Amino acid sequence: MNVSIDDRTTGEPTGTGATRAEVCITACSDAWRDSGEVLAHAVGIVPMISARLARLTHSPELVVNDGECFFMAEAPPLGETAAAGGVVESWVPFRLIFDILNSGKRHSMMGASQIDRYGNQNISSIGDRRTPTRQLIGVRGAPGNTVNHRTDYWIAHHSTRIFTESVDVVCGVGNDRARRHPTQSLRFHDLGVVITDLAVLGYDPEGHLAVRSLHPGVTAADVRDATGFEIDTSGAGTTRLPDARELELIRTVLDPTGMREREVRG
Amino acid sequence: MSDKTMPLTELPRHIESGMTLGIGGWGSRRKPMAAVRELLRSDVTDLTVVTLGGPDVGLLCAAGKVRKLVYGFVSLDSIPLDPHFRAARESGSIDTSEYDEGMFVTALRAGANRLSFLPTRAGLESDVMAMNPELKTVTSPYTDEDYVAVPGVRMDVALIHLNRSDAAGNGQYLGPDPYFDDLFAMASDTTFLSTEKVVPTPELGAGGPPQSLLLSRMFVDGVIEAPHGAHFTGCEPDYGRDEAFQQHYATAAKDPESWQRFTRTFLTGDEASYLAAVADFHSSHKEQAS
Repeated sequence: MNVSIDDRTTGEPTGTGATRAEVCITACSDAWRDSGEVLAHAVGIVPMISARLARLTHSPELVVNDGECFFMAEAPPLGETAAAGGVVESWVPFRLIFDILNSGKRHSMMGASQIDRYGNQNISSIGDRRTPTRQLIGVRGAPGNTVNHRTDYWIAHHSTRIFTESVDVVCGVGNDRARRHPTQSLRFHDLGVVITDLAVLGYDPEGHLAVRSLHPGVTAADVRDATGFEIDTSGAGTTRLPDARELELIRTVLDPTGMREREVRG
Repeated sequence: MSDKTMPLTELPRHIESGMTLGIGGWGSRRKPMAAVRELLRSDVTDLTVVTLGGPDVGLLCAAGKVRKLVYGFVSLDSIPLDPHFRAARESGSIDTSEYDEGMFVTALRAGANRLSFLPTRAGLESDVMAMNPELKTVTSPYTDEDYVAVPGVRMDVALIHLNRSDAAGNGQYLGPDPYFDDLFAMASDTTFLSTEKVVPTPELGAGGPPQSLLLSRMFVDGVIEAPHGAHFTGCEPDYGRDEAFQQHYATAAKDPESWQRFTRTFLTGDEASYLAAVADFHSSHKEQAS
């Protein structure tokens, strides 16, 4: 498992020694900061690596699973379930996941096929809902996640096809809908950040997406051009780079085969 | 205790066209595939299928047996979406109730508890409400909150597959996750349990911890011994998912001609000839690889 940093065969360095994928991973890792002792639910390669990285660095209290139904005492490398070894700290069959998310002891980072300016997310289908032009994976757990605990989104290819004026099916509930709900039922609704291959986005006081930081080498115009609605880039700083320890953990421990470079190119 | 064992071939006699059918397992994990294949061999049709779906849904859709699907997802796990399900959705050939996964489980729990609904926060302000206009909300009598009143789902028949069972229908899972098979059984008027192996009752206790005894015979009406009965989905620890065969299924499903070939090769004979054809598939696969 001892792969040296020079052994990387994929991914172009950004001029700082870190690839774009690695910048995305540490940006995602920062999203888990201060979440506390909760289950990190991460969908996608970059989010999964980021949760395990957070667990190994700034957030040792975070709870990570093996992709099946075990919580692991130590963050396992990508793709390795409890069956491959490691210390199991808890057993979590699917039936418990719904109780956990209802309890609020969970933080999700999911993908989106469409997302609008309020963070309404679609992963269900494109086109007419009865006879969609394209059936996607379905609403899955997005409606329940977004009304129960913090939810972030990870977008591997920031584009106008994904950042759309409106979404065809609201799966993950956006800020506009949560705010106009007339009772206290949406009090746990908590959209955090949207991390893409270009930038880190947050929400402004009106609940609109706004750029918080641009990844090194990305301009505000790049993000505006790749976003299908008007987006405020005026407050954008620069996304931090991974430090040496983070890079080593990503490359030698968490993702030695470089799966991250297949999810984020460039 | 009565002996509830029955041959697989008897199953279709208990299932009528138009029934609501629950199918246990999760995605491409421990699905009662032998039972589903037996339905493919019958003329049962017009089914309402309730499931956390995998290739069970794909096969039933491809055979034109589904009128309506109530689901949390239809996934092959290592392949995100079943291709037959996608085709059925995109052609509009089936009615659907697509629920959030947690809502789906809430519907099962309500059904198992003989309640007309159970409340949940999941679904509020999402388009699940618009896509399923029959869904209503309920106001809390205690706090200033509304919840989704998820209607309890009752099924005529449930099909589930477990690692071991005795002849009376005490069912045992030996893998890591029970999924929701016990809820399916409790929410159904009749349940058929297929199992890798029927064993004498004392062997159940010897085979795993007491917590592995998921299902009491109270909830089981028929026991079918079906070795490899979850193939090609996984049935840990007896066998994992047959990824090579699943890939073959998913590739074949994308094109009518290759699907016809798949059907001819694997789905026209009885269960023994299915398993023989799968063995042939793997030996020719191995030859190609070597």
